[in-house]
Amino acid sequence: MNSIFSGTRLRDMIRSIRACKTAAEERGVVRKECADIRASINENDPHDRHRNLAKLMFIHMLGYPTHFGQMECLKLIASPGFPEKRIGYLGLMLLLDERQEVLMLVTNSLKQDLNHTNQYVVGLALCALGNICSAEMARDLAPEVERLIQFRDPNIRKKAALCSTRIVRKVPDLAENFINAASSLLKEKHHGVLITGVQLCYELCTINDEALEYFRKKCTEGLIKTLRDITNSAYQPEYDVAGITDPFLHIRLLKLLRVLGHGDADASDLMTDILAQVATKTESNKNAGNAVLYECVETIMAIEDTSSLRVLAINILGRFLSNRDNNIRYVALNMLMKAIAFDDQAVQRHRVTILECVKDPDASIRKRALELVSLLVNENNVKQLTKELIDYLEISDEDFKEDLSAKICSIVEKFSPEKIWYIDQMLKVLSEAGKFVKDDVWHALIVVISNASELHGYTVRALYKAVLTYSEQETLVRVAIWCIGEYGDLLVNNVGMLGIEDPITVTESDAVDVVEDAITRHNSDMTTKAMALVALLKLSSRFPSISERIKDIIVKQKGSLLLEMQQRAIEFNSIVDRHKNIRPSLVERMPVLDEATFNVRRAGSLPASVSTMAKPSVSIPNGVAAAPLVDLLDLGSDDIMAAPSSSGADFLQDLLGVDLGSSSAQSGATPGPKAGADLLMDILSIGTPSPAQNNTSSVDLLSTPGINKNPSNALDTLSSPALPHIATTASAGGMFDLLDGLTPSPSKEATNGPAYPPIVAYESSTLKIEFTFSKSSGNPQETNVQATFINLSPNTFTDFIFQAAVPKVISVFFFSPLLSSYQNFFNIVFRSFNLQFLQLHLDPASSNTLPASGNITQNLRVTNSQHGKKSLVMRMRIGYKVNGKDVLEEGQINNFPRGL
Amino acid sequence: MSFDPMDRLMSLCVPSLNLRMHRSLIDSLEIQSCYLLSEHSCLASGFGSIHFVLLVSRQGKVRLTKWYSPYTQKERSKVIRELSGVILNRGPKLCNFVEWRGYKVVYKRYASLYFCMCIDAEDNELEVLEIIHHYVEILDRYFGSVCELDLIFNFHKAYYILDELLIAGEIQESSKKTVARIISAQDEMVEAAKEEAGSISYIIAQAS
Repeated sequence: MNSIFSGTRLRDMIRSIRACKTAAEERGVVRKECADIRASINENDPHDRHRNLAKLMFIHMLGYPTHFGQMECLKLIASPGFPEKRIGYLGLMLLLDERQEVLMLVTNSLKQDLNHTNQYVVGLALCALGNICSAEMARDLAPEVERLIQFRDPNIRKKAALCSTRIVRKVPDLAENFINAASSLLKEKHHGVLITGVQLCYELCTINDEALEYFRKKCTEGLIKTLRDITNSAYQPEYDVAGITDPFLHIRLLKLLRVLGHGDADASDLMTDILAQVATKTESNKNAGNAVLYECVETIMAIEDTSSLRVLAINILGRFLSNRDNNIRYVALNMLMKAIAFDDQAVQRHRVTILECVKDPDASIRKRALELVSLLVNENNVKQLTKELIDYLEISDEDFKEDLSAKICSIVEKFSPEKIWYIDQMLKVLSEAGKFVKDDVWHALIVVISNASELHGYTVRALYKAVLTYSEQETLVRVAIWCIGEYGDLLVNNVGMLGIEDPITVTESDAVDVVEDAITRHNSDMTTKAMALVALLKLSSRFPSISERIKDIIVKQKGSLLLEMQQRAIEFNSIVDRHKNIRPSLVERMPVLDEATFNVRRAGSLPASVSTMAKPSVSIPNGVAAAPLVDLLDLGSDDIMAAPSSSGADFLQDLLGVDLGSSSAQSGATPGPKAGADLLMDILSIGTPSPAQNNTSSVDLLSTPGINKNPSNALDTLSSPALPHIATTASAGGMFDLLDGLTPSPSKEATNGPAYPPIVAYESSTLKIEFTFSKSSGNPQETNVQATFINLSPNTFTDFIFQAAVPKVISVFFFSPLLSSYQNFFNIVFRSFNLQFLQLHLDPASSNTLPASGNITQNLRVTNSQHGKKSLVMRMRIGYKVNGKDVLEEGQINNFPRGL
Repeated sequence: MSFDPMDRLMSLCVPSLNLRMHRSLIDSLEIQSCYLLSEHSCLASGFGSIHFVLLVSRQGKVRLTKWYSPYTQKERSKVIRELSGVILNRGPKLCNFVEWRGYKVVYKRYASLYFCMCIDAEDNELEVLEIIHHYVEILDRYFGSVCELDLIFNFHKAYYILDELLIAGEIQESSKKTVARIISAQDEMVEAAKEEAGSISYIIAQAS
């Protein structure tokens, strides 16, 4: 090192950086050095450039910005001397990458250097081009590189070949130009050139079909010969690695043969012998030999069927799998995954060993083994494999439990032969790794439990037992709480005992203990607490004897710091306290959850329209996109079509959401003048407190699935309390208190007489509208209305238009606990649902001119699909001209007789 | 076993590959963590090549980085941070492969230095181990019982040698002798140029 490339100065800098005790100190040294380098760059002294760049590269490696040195690289590359060029190209490759514009500036220098008389300069340029060239540079310089593949010196030929691989990767169109040059390289004797030539051919084959055909025809035999030669060659110290002659060349040849043999029986046939030879003769006690064997097995499995070879390959993998070297076992697991595709049986034979690998201390091996095991599972071995995996789950590392439990769950779900087994296994997983289980997994479990009606008792007892031991497993607690809430009575009374069960004695108070524990534990999250609260509400009805105690627990939650918990506690308390008569039906057991719908939703394919359980094809009147409503906890309405108008995106909302009954409503928008009226209008129009709606709303609000089984009964129960107070806005915050406004009021049962008294639908100072009603025969849902418009003013109304609209959607507010797993926060919100139940048909009016004190009539036909349950309600607008002036009157008709 | 940078890398090199690592339990870096790199089309088109080479010391200091696929500076430091965290914490006797962001990183420890190479998931890991060893042997021959300190103060030499071994992430020479010959030929050219420059500056100094 002389004074120009002052090694001392570079050394000094490295020493002083290494001497730094703290990161701050190091930053200081680097800052000072960078300042010096900048100053030196500005002086533009060519003698310092060399050293500056070397320092910058070191600083760059430490992770400091060095962009200001980029131009120095270009200057060094452009200078005539070899030392400058050498460090310049190194800096170029280190400090720049192909995405930097500066790189384009170097294209010209590269072109000159590729034509340089000194072969080492050419080598530098090729190396730089091969490592960082962009697509543009590749296009510009491809002809030079192509020419250099034929260069006299092998050192340049091999560099040009690898440079070409980069070029064709960047610009696949150029592949054709290199086919001939590449095939000439395959005849080389020099190993370096041969290796790079084979690599270039491999690259061309994967990019270009023409090239693949060409090499397959012309070169397959030559390549096989080359492979045979090096396999059989005598000891060559220069290329020998652990007794194998040039394993790198071996591997590249095998790789190229793989693409040539794949999909071509003839070519595959040709290479059978040599592959068999490599597979049997290669020493497998050293890594180099195993690397060759590994590649050979890959090739055997990729080429066209030669079953005897495949047996050989599987045997090699079997040997690999039992190897003590972890690396070898790892690649064996990796390869067996591919081998399953053509020989499942052979891989199954190694099942025991593979299972052992799942328990390996090495995370990489465990991961591979677990992937492989999940591919090995089928109907026959699922029980045994699952047992093994679950046993291991108990003792596995914490950080592996997540992967492992996810795999077990997917295996169990996919192959479970019967429900009880599924439930058993899931309980075990939840008990061991409940905190790692994803939401959709335990949601699915609840759906399955709900569907297995004969196992409800068994499940709730098993869960009760499990939760006593594993109370720290969040998801287990959730499922247990849900089941206790739903099936608490089965738990206490030992209903539906299976032969395999040990009888247990659980008192009502024991069951409540579990729920109380969950709600009071400080580390229970929001979802769990919400579920516990709902479970308590349900239990208050299931266990009337201790409902006082339950009430106390609920009351305590009034003091919760979480607004929603507080709010709901107050409401639930009100239900427990004041509405004993409706409580049983409010908290009845949920209907069976629909598995198909759940699975569809879980698969992520949300249909555009909401499918209700009974009628998948109903359309949503207002087009609100919503998640299909599959619900684990109901407070639903039936016999109506509903769609949430509030954002339905939350994944969890349907867990405790609303259950939809079948809808008998006709789909589609209501024909009528106001068909286009906006949703809010409809909501508001119906949201106005009015006696006519009381009945309607209370049914919707409080109906329970019980209605499905016994509609009249449920109706009787539910129609008694009326709700004078209905939400006019869907307040997500839930500050609006529904239940406090709920006071029992005597209900006047509708008298469904055949005749209905006429009503004055509207009256203003100028206009009066009277409605008279008649039922069409045979269809009680349909009502004919004759509207009579009476002009009370002295003026004539012209262009008289009467527009009427019934709510094509009626919005009713349900309350449902809306759980959000993402925010770790839950809302029990009043969810707004739009229910279509009315249809309106208008006949033409008798005239469009209404003389002073005269009248005109118009017929309307209203279809109420909720006949007998909901009353009619209508909005109308009357437009007319008085003395050429437009008048618009609007009104709402709420006083329809009951029973229409 | 000490981790002094003066330790000769090859002296601890025993034929069986797994005896040189230290144990710890943090070894799971899952693919879930952002797929920052897979967005680059360049990586997608890389068939069987090495995406980058990384040399880090026991203390996590970077001794050499070579990127064959385009990464921004930001990504580079992120990759280095993540990988050194995972690899330095892997225990001994574990396999030399780490699955990382859908790729595989093959690493091998020589005395105080970890040599890491990132490849595609379906590439031949065992071969990459051979490539690493090949590189270390060439370094050892060139420096004469190479140790970490050699690579710190002569980092540019380590790069030159790597450039004679790999281009575009592919191996270009399987003969250690050939690599050594080409490197020494180039070193001689540099020496010759320096002598010439030295004599010229001497003449200039004399003349002035």
